[in-house]
Amino acid sequence: MIAHAIFFYVFSLIAIISAIMVTVSKNTVHSVFFLILDFISISCLFIMIGAEFLGMIMLIVYVGAVAVLFLFVVMMLNVAQQKNQWLLSEDSSGHIPIGLIISALIFFELIIVIGGWKYKPDLFNSDNLQISSELSNTHSLGQILYTDYIHVFQISGMILLIAMIGAIVLTFRQREGVKKQSYIKQISRERSEGVEVLDVPSNKGVKIDD
Amino acid sequence: MIEIGLGHYLTLGAVIFTIGIVGIFLNRKNIIVILMSIELILLAVNINLVSFSIYLNDLSGQVFTLFILTVAAAEAAIGLAIIVVYYRNAGTIRVEEIDNLKG
Repeated sequence: MIAHAIFFYVFSLIAIISAIMVTVSKNTVHSVFFLILDFISISCLFIMIGAEFLGMIMLIVYVGAVAVLFLFVVMMLNVAQQKNQWLLSEDSSGHIPIGLIISALIFFELIIVIGGWKYKPDLFNSDNLQISSELSNTHSLGQILYTDYIHVFQISGMILLIAMIGAIVLTFRQREGVKKQSYIKQISRERSEGVEVLDVPSNKGVKIDD
Repeated sequence: MIEIGLGHYLTLGAVIFTIGIVGIFLNRKNIIVILMSIELILLAVNINLVSFSIYLNDLSGQVFTLFILTVAAAEAAIGLAIIVVYYRNAGTIRVEEIDNLKG
């Protein structure tokens, strides 16, 4: 139990500090690195409290795919040397105190909700989809993911497909001066435009492609 | 303090959620950091769902975390594609200079 407490405090401290660093870091590449550190520590927490499958999936999806995507875009768009200048920006039109006030209000509302949960712990006593103790986490997730939630699972697959098509369509660009093969043009060629019969004068030759 | 319960995890989720909100409000740099703040917010939601799922002994929270993960990945891909297209058209992604709507 004391080990649980120590690991919880270490990982959550790392997570909170790196989340703050994502926001205030001067360099966008550093922000992406702190985002990776944040995801890694949160997935360590997930593995620690018994959701191993989600922790591993989080490592694969976020650290392996999403963060690398962010890094690609940051390096492609050449924004890494734009310096962060919030809190000392010269034309900050008074939105910073309002933003801070609204954030503090949201935080206190969340804390109030957590306090209510703490004082009334038997608010919901759910007894569907119990976590069984003899199956592993991955096994039990797979058992309900492909039976009870099969439609939602397939819809999430459709969402991924649509996101892929949308990203390709958005960033697709037709460039000028690129030679492409067009099979419509190839099979619709006629003899009259493809072949030309010439009388070649002797000792002079002909010039093609003029 | 030593006994780690549900409230600790919910507080961690609340703190990370608030940091994400602050990152959206106070950002003066580029839109990519705003997208990262949205990822932080979704991460806080995932923390809440997983800790409720563990402490209430109910698996459906973890299933929904899986779906949130899917939607977050799709959202990051689409958002970054939009940013790339905007940078190609306008030449900048600084938040101050994106003022086409005069907001």
